[in-house]
Amino acid sequence: MLSTVPPPTEAPGVGSTIPIHSGSSVPGPLLFLGRALRTLWSNSKARIGLVLFALFILVALFASLLAPHSPTATNFKPYLGPSAANLFGTTGNGQDVFSQFLYGGRVSLLVGLSAGIGATFVAVTLGLISGYRPGAVDNVLSFVTNLALVIPGLPLMIILAAYFPSRSVWTIVLVVTLTSWATGARVIRSQAVTLRTREFVTSAVFSGERLGRVVFREILPNMTSLVAGSFFGAATAAVMAEASLEFLGLGNPATVSWGTILYQAQQQNALLTGQWLMVFAPGLAIALLALSFTLINFGVDALSNPRLREK
Amino acid sequence: MPTESGTAAHNGTPPSPKRSVQTDTTARADTTARADTTAQTDTTAQAATTVQAEDLRPTKISDVPPLVLDHVSKVFKVRGRGRGSVTAVDDVSFTLRPGAAVALVGASGSGKSTLANMITGSDRPTSGSITFGDIEVSRLRSRGLRRYHREVQMVFQDPYGALNPLHTVGYTVARPCQNFLGMSAKAADQRVHELLETVGLTPPEQFAAKLPHQLSGGQRQRVVIARALACDPGLIVADEPVSMLDVSLRSGVLRLLSKLRAERGLSLLYITHDLLSARVVTDEILVLNGGRLVESGVTKDVLQHPQDPYTVQLLDAVPNPFAAANGAHAANI
Amino acid sequence: MALLSARGVNVVYEPNRGTRIWSVRDVDLDLAEGEFVGLVGESGCGKSTLGYALTRMQRPPARLESGQITFDGTDIAKLEGEDLRRQRRNGFALVLQSGMNALNPVRTIEHHLRDILRAHQREGENWSTAAVQRRGAELLDKVGLDASVLRRYPHELSGGMRQRIVIALALSLDPRLIVFDEPTTALDVIVQGAVMQTIKQLQRENGFTALLISHDLGVVLEATDRVLVMYAGRIVEDQPSADLLTGPHHPYTEALLSCYADPRADVVKLAGIAGSPPDLSLSDDGCPFAPRCVHAEDVCRRTDPPLTPLGRGRAACHVRAREAGVLMKGAAGAH
Repeated sequence: MLSTVPPPTEAPGVGSTIPIHSGSSVPGPLLFLGRALRTLWSNSKARIGLVLFALFILVALFASLLAPHSPTATNFKPYLGPSAANLFGTTGNGQDVFSQFLYGGRVSLLVGLSAGIGATFVAVTLGLISGYRPGAVDNVLSFVTNLALVIPGLPLMIILAAYFPSRSVWTIVLVVTLTSWATGARVIRSQAVTLRTREFVTSAVFSGERLGRVVFREILPNMTSLVAGSFFGAATAAVMAEASLEFLGLGNPATVSWGTILYQAQQQNALLTGQWLMVFAPGLAIALLALSFTLINFGVDALSNPRLREK
Repeated sequence: MPTESGTAAHNGTPPSPKRSVQTDTTARADTTARADTTAQTDTTAQAATTVQAEDLRPTKISDVPPLVLDHVSKVFKVRGRGRGSVTAVDDVSFTLRPGAAVALVGASGSGKSTLANMITGSDRPTSGSITFGDIEVSRLRSRGLRRYHREVQMVFQDPYGALNPLHTVGYTVARPCQNFLGMSAKAADQRVHELLETVGLTPPEQFAAKLPHQLSGGQRQRVVIARALACDPGLIVADEPVSMLDVSLRSGVLRLLSKLRAERGLSLLYITHDLLSARVVTDEILVLNGGRLVESGVTKDVLQHPQDPYTVQLLDAVPNPFAAANGAHAANI
Repeated sequence: MALLSARGVNVVYEPNRGTRIWSVRDVDLDLAEGEFVGLVGESGCGKSTLGYALTRMQRPPARLESGQITFDGTDIAKLEGEDLRRQRRNGFALVLQSGMNALNPVRTIEHHLRDILRAHQREGENWSTAAVQRRGAELLDKVGLDASVLRRYPHELSGGMRQRIVIALALSLDPRLIVFDEPTTALDVIVQGAVMQTIKQLQRENGFTALLISHDLGVVLEATDRVLVMYAGRIVEDQPSADLLTGPHHPYTEALLSCYADPRADVVKLAGIAGSPPDLSLSDDGCPFAPRCVHAEDVCRRTDPPLTPLGRGRAACHVRAREAGVLMKGAAGAH
């Protein structure tokens, strides 16, 4: 119904933002990323998440400098407890756990981010197509999405990983992507449905914009928060899923990751032999990485709402 | 540009001294505004925010083709509970002559929005035809529709929803220039500045860089109008363009619409439930009730001597203490 | 004694990351028993905020910063929790803008009523189903609806009916004051008239004090005895409705009146007000309307004019006060 009472008084903009599409020049992706980072940084929870995440990235990048030994070298006596030489002890094969721990972050980050991106990409594509064009296409895609939602994720992952011909990190990325896209697709579809009836979308059509531009320049930017939220959610799930699959022994045993450390720990009854750091350290790392994504997610609301960006 | 010099006699009483002072000293009032508000305010003088019915006569012979609706009907099928169908528009026929300003009035549910959608090509009639010159609107598909939008544009009701919150004003107004007029980015920018000046958003450079949430409702609506004008259309369909604006901002926008119509020979289809704004902007009026056209004629005549009971109902629904009082008010000052 | 008295009411709006916005500034007003008062202003002027504050319904980030609100002798500004809740019984009620949003979509109307009656049950009262239905039928009849509506769900009813129900629910506790916040704005134009008629009739028959908040000056002038005009969080004029129409004192009221006209007249002229409302996050000195006022003088830009007795009411304008020979700052004005 008609209402002539608009939202409460808005303070005039401080103008700290460079808009996505100014006049005629299109700023590059770097500019967009830079501004996105600034927006996230302004949220206190997201800031903590970003710092944590940055820490993990740094450790993973500089693992070769930080690690005292090679993660795969079997130089040491096996089943040792923590000592000066081996801060976290050794595995059953005589490998240094601490070095493995430092290098292990690489795999978790790689899988987490890749699978996150993959799942989000599928979710956005299917969600947008499904949401923008009602009718047969929407019906088919919604059905497929619902099907994917109903099937339990972890069991499906286990089965896929177990039957896949090759055992590698990329298998895991693929498996996680295939099983995590559905929730995001559902959410994005809903939002696309809402947005397509908004007057600015109709207005864009009246301005002569073609379908591609309407979807990618009008609707999608207004869903940035949702897409980012979806990505971080998928990345979190991916990190956990990767660890789970490695722990269950479904990964490549030659890989060095937090999950394989846990797998080893389980094999050698680490808790019973007093090697509790071997369990605790990777476990905590996985949890903290997932936590960092979740914290960053608190700040993504501001990405789609220019009003929230101003201080 | 006609200015409001010697403010027209209000109900026959001689122009009061205070009123002529008003038009002269507004410029002074504007310059003494505080820095913050000046930055936000568009500098249209008071004179330009006053609009009088039947005042702005078309100064240009319009070369816009007529819009003809011939026995147009729209029936919606309602699913669930087997309620059958709803007739939103029932056998409506009328012609919008070139350069005419016609109001389409009715309460909600009268079918005016459905009719507007069919006229702009967003929807298709179940029966009957809509022609704009030699374009058969009712049969248009996507490419034809895009070409049609070059000629027929829409001004929307909700200033808060009609602009993408993430795009600057400059971008929003430039897109139709680039799409329809094939302009380069630079040329489009130039045209954007011209358009913003036309709708009274000055300085245009400043406004072009703003995001919608930094503008007031009235300013946003002007941006919407600028965007609609960008491709130089022949017909503008304005759907309740001022109903969501504060009363003090309405006349400015209405005057803008009137002025544009007069100066460019545009045809204007003004859709509203508000008879006052219809009176001020249009020459002819069509009254819709339950999808049917129940009355039509010259706006002033229909409002002063309504024939159909629904029109009477519409007139009586709005409280009008200003009828007798305005005369007394002018005399008092 | 006035039923509701407000003195020095200030409401501040503090969004998380934004600046403080002074939504309501130094409001003094009195509502007498049985009076029908209108509160009119444009968007952002603070009228809804004030209405909510007067009924103590404001929520964070809006905060009642200071002031006294005396309802029937009790300062309700200081009350919290249970004490405040008890005041609502036989005290004051608030009718919201959109009945669609005020009613729970999964509950029948009868359930809504039962909720209210039982929540404010007094000693010895027993709201059995039969009693609730009887009271329901009585209330619905007052607003012109049939008792069968009790069994319906909100989505089965039209906008006008829903709004009448919200009004009926507000009446259920026999309030002595009802604040109507834009009660007809969300309705279709024809239904608006009918619902306003109902409100006027109810006020006449039941004698409660009514505060009608609206942006529509026409509606307010027609329905009310007295009008308060708000601008930038302050009350700038307070006059009997008839007086306001024929002889407004404050330049803003004058300007606002010229934005309305009779569509049936021979000459119809609509004015606007150039400029835009001030930024409420800045606290400047001086009259808030000065930048847009044609009569503005130096004193207007320096000091914020207080509400001074003018005509049969009050107005906050340096120029007008001087013209009428009235001294500002509460000195006994002679006119």
